[in-house]
Amino acid sequence: MPRGESATFVLVWAALMALLAATVGVSFLHLGSWNTVLNLGIAVAKTVLIVWFYMHFRRTRPLVRLAGATAPLWLAILFGLALSDYLTR
Amino acid sequence: MTVYTPDANTPAARPRTYIEAGYTLRSWLLTTDHKRIAILYMISITGFFFLGALGAAAVRLELLTPKLDLLHADGYNRAFTLHGVVMVWFFLIPSIPTVFGNFLIPLMIGARDLAFPRLNLLSWYIYVLGGLFTAYVLVAGGVETGWTLYTPLSTKYAPGHTVMAAAAIFVVGFSSILTGLNFIVTIHTLRAPGMTWFRLPIFVWSHYATSVILVLATPVLAMALILLALERALGIGVFDPDLGGDPLLWQHLFWFYSHPAVYIMVLPSMGVVTELVTTFAKKRVFGYEFVAFASIAIAIIGFLVWGHHMFVAGQSMYASMVFSFLSFLVAVPSAIKVYNWTATLYKGQLDLRAPLFYAMGFIGLFVFGGLTGLILASLALDVHAHGTAFVVAHFHYIMVGGAVSAYLGALHCWWPKMTGRMYSEFWGRISALLIFFGFNITFFPQYILGWLGMPRRYHSYPPEFQSWEVLSTAGAVMLGVGYLLPLVYLLWSLRYGPRAPANPWGASGLEWRVPSPPPKHNFEEIPVVSWEAYDYPPPQEEQG
Amino acid sequence: MTTAPFVRPEQQQEANHLGIWLFLATEAMMFGALFFALTVVRLRVPEGVRVASGHLDKLLGTVNTGVLLTSSLLVALAVSAARRGRQERTAGLLAGGAGLGVIFLAIKAYEYQKEFSEGLMPGPGFRLHDHPGAELFFNLYYAATGLHAVHLTIGVLLMLGLSARVLGGYLRLPERAESVELPGLYWHTVDIVWVFLYPTLYLVSG
Repeated sequence: MPRGESATFVLVWAALMALLAATVGVSFLHLGSWNTVLNLGIAVAKTVLIVWFYMHFRRTRPLVRLAGATAPLWLAILFGLALSDYLTR
Repeated sequence: MTVYTPDANTPAARPRTYIEAGYTLRSWLLTTDHKRIAILYMISITGFFFLGALGAAAVRLELLTPKLDLLHADGYNRAFTLHGVVMVWFFLIPSIPTVFGNFLIPLMIGARDLAFPRLNLLSWYIYVLGGLFTAYVLVAGGVETGWTLYTPLSTKYAPGHTVMAAAAIFVVGFSSILTGLNFIVTIHTLRAPGMTWFRLPIFVWSHYATSVILVLATPVLAMALILLALERALGIGVFDPDLGGDPLLWQHLFWFYSHPAVYIMVLPSMGVVTELVTTFAKKRVFGYEFVAFASIAIAIIGFLVWGHHMFVAGQSMYASMVFSFLSFLVAVPSAIKVYNWTATLYKGQLDLRAPLFYAMGFIGLFVFGGLTGLILASLALDVHAHGTAFVVAHFHYIMVGGAVSAYLGALHCWWPKMTGRMYSEFWGRISALLIFFGFNITFFPQYILGWLGMPRRYHSYPPEFQSWEVLSTAGAVMLGVGYLLPLVYLLWSLRYGPRAPANPWGASGLEWRVPSPPPKHNFEEIPVVSWEAYDYPPPQEEQG
Repeated sequence: MTTAPFVRPEQQQEANHLGIWLFLATEAMMFGALFFALTVVRLRVPEGVRVASGHLDKLLGTVNTGVLLTSSLLVALAVSAARRGRQERTAGLLAGGAGLGVIFLAIKAYEYQKEFSEGLMPGPGFRLHDHPGAELFFNLYYAATGLHAVHLTIGVLLMLGLSARVLGGYLRLPERAESVELPGLYWHTVDIVWVFLYPTLYLVSG
C-alpha cells in the first residue's frame, strides 16, 4: 500500500545512511586490499537497496528486470575478461 | 512462374500509400512513419556508401604501383581512414537495421509502427548530425589514424582532426543506440495477437539480437571516445604509460565495442539471407529454432572474443589463449546458420532472381571469410597474419561479400514493397554477377598478398607484389561498376518500372499481405496470426 | 491513455518501462567503462592513486553521498505520492529532491575550487608531481565527477520541470504517475553512479 510504502522508503534511507556510516568506519581500519572489497561490497548493498525498493524492481515485470540486470552482467564480462589480461601480464 | 496479379493496383482501387500521404518536404522531414524514416535513412546511407567508396578508390589506385606516387603519405592515411570510418559507422552498422529493420519490423510483426516513432526520427537526425561532423572532418583535411584510432598514434602523434572524428563517431553512436532500444521494445510489446516468438520471421530475431548488441556495446565506445578526446586535447594520460596509463586500455575499450559491432553488421545480413533463401526457394527455413537461437548465441558470444584483435599488441598470453578459444566458439552458431540455409535451399523450388543470387553469394563468401577468421583466431597463425592484407581480405569477405551483398539482396527483394515498382531482373542479375566476380577478384589476391607479407595500411610494397595488387584494383573497378548499376536501374524503375503487386514473389510474411507500397497505417486491421513462419505455400490472400 | 501505435494501455506501459530500463542499462555500460579505466589505473600506479585520493576531502565526499541518498528518498516518496494522486506533495518532494541535487552540485563546486587552491588540479599549478599517476588520477577524478555532474544537472532540470508541471496541473495524478516514476528511475541511476564513484575516488587509501 502506498502509505506503507513511504515508511519502507524511510527505513531504506536509514539503512543507506547506516551503510554510509559503515563505509566511513571501514576507512579507519587498515585492512589493505580488503578495504576496497568491503567498500565495493557496501556500494553493491546500497545499490541493491536502491534498485529493489526505490526503483520498484520488486514490482517490475520479469522482462524489464532482465533488461535492467543485463548491464551489471555485461560489465562483469568487460571487467572479467579484460582483467584476465591485466592480472596475468 | 509469375505471381504478378494485374488487379487492384490502379490508383483508384488501392488505398493511399505512405508515399502519397504527403508531398511536402516538411511531411518527410517531420515524419514519424517508420517507412518514411527508412527511406530517409536509405538515401543518407547510399550517399555515405559512395563517399566511403571514394576512399577505397583512392587506396586501390595508389596501390597500383609499388611506390608512393599518387597521394602523399598522409593523404593515403586519410584515404583509408575515411574509408573505414565512413563504411563502418555510416554504412555497415546502420544499413540493414535502419533501412530494412525500420521499414519491415512493424510490418513483419503486425504493428502499425515502432514503439517510439518520434525517437526513431530523432535517431535519423542524430545520424545526420554525425554525418555533418564527418563531412567537416573530411573537408578540414581528415584523420590519419585508421578507423581503429589506436593510441598513442591518435592521442599524441597523428596530425589531423582526430577529436572531431571522435565526436562524429560519438554522435552517430547514439543514433544506433536509440534504434536498438526502439527495436527491442517494439518486438517485445507490439507483436500482433498470435504472433508468438517462434512465429516471427528470422529477420526479426536477427534484428533483436543485433539490438541487444547495439544497446550494450555502443555506450562503451562512447566512453572510450570521451577518454580519447580528453587524452588528445588535454593529455590526461589515461593511455600514456609515462603518466600511469596504458595504451592497451584503448584497445580493450575499443574492441569491447568493435568486435560485437561486426556482429551488428553481420547479424542483420544473416536475417536477410534467411528471408531471401526461404522466399526464393519457396520453403520453410530448416531448423527454425536453431537459426533463431544461433542469432542470440552469436550476439552473446560475440561479446567474449574481443581480445583476438590484440594477440600481438602486448596482451597477456593467458588472456589471449582464452580469447582464442572463445573465438573458435563463436564460429559454431554461424556455421549452424550456414548449414541451415543450405538445407533450406536443398530441394527448394529455386526462383533464380537477383535477390537469390545475392543470398547464395553471401553464403559462399561468408563461409570463406569465416574460415579465414578461424585462421586469425589461432594464436600462432595470427602472429604471422596480423596487420597484413590477409586480415583486410578476411573482414572484407564478411563485410562486403557478406553484409553488402545482403543489403543489395534485401534492396532488390523489398524494392517492390517499398516503392511499388518492379526492378529490371536482367540488370539485377548482371549487377549481382559483376559484384560477385568483381569482389572475388578484388579481395582474393589480398589473402595471398597478406600471407606473403604485405602489411595493411601501407602505400608502398616490394615490386614482386605488384601483379596481385593490379589484379585487386582491376577487380575493384568491376565491383564499382556492379555497385553503380543498381543506382541507375533502381532509380529508373521508380518512373518506368512495372507496378508491383502486393506479393510479387509469392512469399510468406505479413509484409507481403499489404499493398505495395503499404498504406501509412500498414494494416486495415491488425492481423490475428494463426500460422507458422515460412508457411509455404502461403494461404491465399487478397492482393492489393 | 494510449497513443498510437499501441492498442492497449498495458502495452504502452510495458513499452515505456522496458524503454527506460534499457536506456539506464546504456548509462550503466558507459559509466562502467569509465570505472574500468579507473580500475586499470589503480592497478598500474597504486601508490600515485593512493596519495592523490588521500588529498580529496573525504568529509565533503561523504556528506555529498548522504545528500544524494536523501534526494533519492525524496524522489521515491514523490513517486509514491504521485501514485496516490497528491499533486502538491508530489511537486514538493520532486523539488526537494532537485534541491538536494543542487546542494550536491554546490558542494562539488566548492570542492573543485578548494582543490584548485591546494594545487591539486592538473595543469601548471599541480603539486603532486613526485607521485607518478597522481595527476592521471586527478584527471580521471575530474572527468568522472564532471560527467556525473552533467547527468545530475540534467536530472535536476527534469525534476524541476516535472515539479512545475505537476503543480501547474498539467500532469494529472494519479493518471499520469508514470511520467513521474520513469524520470525518477533516471534520478536513482545517477545516484547509484555516485554510490560507486564515492569509494572508487575518495576511499582508496585505507
